[in-house]
Amino acid sequence: MTTTVTPPQAKPKPRPLVKRRPAATTREDRLVSLGCAVSATLLTWFVLHLLLTSPGRLADLVVAYALYLAMHYLVTRDRLGKLAATDRLVSTVVVTGALGLLVPLLFLLGYIVVKGAPYLRWAFFTHDMSSVAPSAPATDTGGLHAIVGTLEQTALTLVFVVPLGLLTAVFLNETRSRFRRPVRVMVDAMSGLPSIVAGLFIYAALIIPGIQSGVGLFSYNGFMATLALTMVMLPTVTRTVDVVLRLVPDGLREASLALGASRARTVWSVVLPTARTGVTTAVILGIARVAGETAPLLFTSFGALGMNADPFSDPQESIPLFVYRYVKEPLENVQQRGYVGALVLILLIFSLFAIARIVGRDRSKRKSRATKPNRARNAQENR
Amino acid sequence: MTVALPRPDPSPPGSPVKRAVGEVLSRADRVFRRVTTGAGLSMLAILVVIGFFLVYRSGPALDASGFGFFTTIDFDAANGKLGVVGLLYGTVVVALIAVCVAVPLSILAALYITEYSSGKLRGFLTGLVDLLAAIPSLLYGLWGFSFLGPRVAPVSAWLTDNLGWFPPFAQKENALFINSMFIAGLVVSLMVLPITTSVIREVFTQTPPGEKEAALALGSTRWGMVRTVMLPFGRGGIIGGSMLGLGRALGETIAVSLLLPQIPQIATHVLQFGGATISGYIANNSGASGLALSGLMAAGLVLFVFTLATNFTASVVISKSRSGAGVDA
Repeated sequence: MTTTVTPPQAKPKPRPLVKRRPAATTREDRLVSLGCAVSATLLTWFVLHLLLTSPGRLADLVVAYALYLAMHYLVTRDRLGKLAATDRLVSTVVVTGALGLLVPLLFLLGYIVVKGAPYLRWAFFTHDMSSVAPSAPATDTGGLHAIVGTLEQTALTLVFVVPLGLLTAVFLNETRSRFRRPVRVMVDAMSGLPSIVAGLFIYAALIIPGIQSGVGLFSYNGFMATLALTMVMLPTVTRTVDVVLRLVPDGLREASLALGASRARTVWSVVLPTARTGVTTAVILGIARVAGETAPLLFTSFGALGMNADPFSDPQESIPLFVYRYVKEPLENVQQRGYVGALVLILLIFSLFAIARIVGRDRSKRKSRATKPNRARNAQENR
Repeated sequence: MTVALPRPDPSPPGSPVKRAVGEVLSRADRVFRRVTTGAGLSMLAILVVIGFFLVYRSGPALDASGFGFFTTIDFDAANGKLGVVGLLYGTVVVALIAVCVAVPLSILAALYITEYSSGKLRGFLTGLVDLLAAIPSLLYGLWGFSFLGPRVAPVSAWLTDNLGWFPPFAQKENALFINSMFIAGLVVSLMVLPITTSVIREVFTQTPPGEKEAALALGSTRWGMVRTVMLPFGRGGIIGGSMLGLGRALGETIAVSLLLPQIPQIATHVLQFGGATISGYIANNSGASGLALSGLMAAGLVLFVFTLATNFTASVVISKSRSGAGVDA
């Protein structure tokens, strides 16, 4: 518009961009929260301990929490008005709900570690229970047979689940069959199949006739447990892999098909490699789920005290069965054996989970590296 | 490009004539299609076979007790009295308690994860929910039985003393407060929590951002936005997630088998010792044979049908809530 070129004068400094965040907590807010918390605690103590007799610590907590909410609401209404007060009230409740997720987990972990750790010895990993007297102290516990059983059964389960689950997920995503809908509904329904029913089914369909006709393979053994576990793990793995495959961009598929590749080739060389980390995570989480499954084993692998490395004949122990058997006993040293097993089980599941997270994170890291320059550029353009 | 005005009849090589693209499958593709279809259908087959064998094995029990199986409370094969009502009642009560505890908590947790937390914390909490799902039922049961149970008993006692006029909280004289359906429900609720939270969270994250921003831009508070946009949008997901959780709770086995005495009965007093669930009863009687075993199979069949129906409804509700929102997921 103006054509006169103004002499280069000192540009007025652009006001620093300050993001206004109406929902952010200010220092004052924090002080109010702190004040309310302190006065709620004191009031609770005064009422429940000086005026009345408190029914217990939980009651203290509940009363104090309710008082805190009420006080905080009133103070904020005074300061900022009714809308803001309701908003803050809900925020507090929501945070409490999220804590409700965390607290039981911490208690659970703490309890099992405290109960199991004092009796866990290296010997647990080197011998079985056949030579340990029932009255022996819990530090003598041996769990090698259970660990071997769990490893073998899980590995065998994977042999069935990985191909079948992958193929089903590919079927759901990459084909245009008219059976896709019923199959997806069935997979959903099956993922809620009670695990005990899976065990009962194997028992009814294979083990009873097997024992009657004397076929060794269809009797109480690790392989039967594997079949039951397959039924538990298959739907979960299929569903997760299904979700992961859905995340593969259609552009990649179309590019491959446009280059003349067949559908099978596209799935094998494009879709599955792209989804590899996600599939791995799904499988590892599936393993974690199966490793702790107990109910179907009661009807299938049955459990044993001694070592049985052959999953195809005779009852076989596994860690969950080991725990289940011992914690039900009344004797203290025997119960402690159960807690040792529980500790080992939880360690196993945590390490599996950690591996899954690491494998899964790999991909997200790469992604964030790829997007970061973009974000920086966008920020510059906006300015 | 080139526009052939009157189409030249004998098309010279290279002219744009529409070619019929028939789907001629290569051999690899045919094999691929067959194999994947086979895998998909095997899933259907497994469910059908499970149902068939449960019906087949439960035949003797259903023959012996006839329709009485669905009206008798006791489950006592030695006296020929077989019934599923007592077991089914316990199963449903425990599952309902679990869902009532878990659903409000998971709505809050899902809200926190999607709306209130930020960046790293969100990833951490999402991982935490996955971790909660990976912890075996056995460990929850173990913890509930030896740690939570004794600590919840005083709460139950207090509820009875002060709210005893409410029938479920009443109890008989001198009854114990441990191993009650209430405690079992609490423990099962912990196991239901991950599945409901992740379903609800997923629905919440699919809320159209435009509508959320519109609400905020109109001057709504965060709670106002949640109440007017996210909760109505996520209602289908909340209902579906709850039902999915209910299905999980119905089938929960080991924790319940450790926690409850497994006596089939209809006890309205949920706070006191007693109760049984189908899955827990089956687990505790895994050595049964003959008619008792057949009765267990029949009970398992009832459980199977029940959970399938619940899950089926849940998945329909969830998928409806998604497709209705125009988001294909």
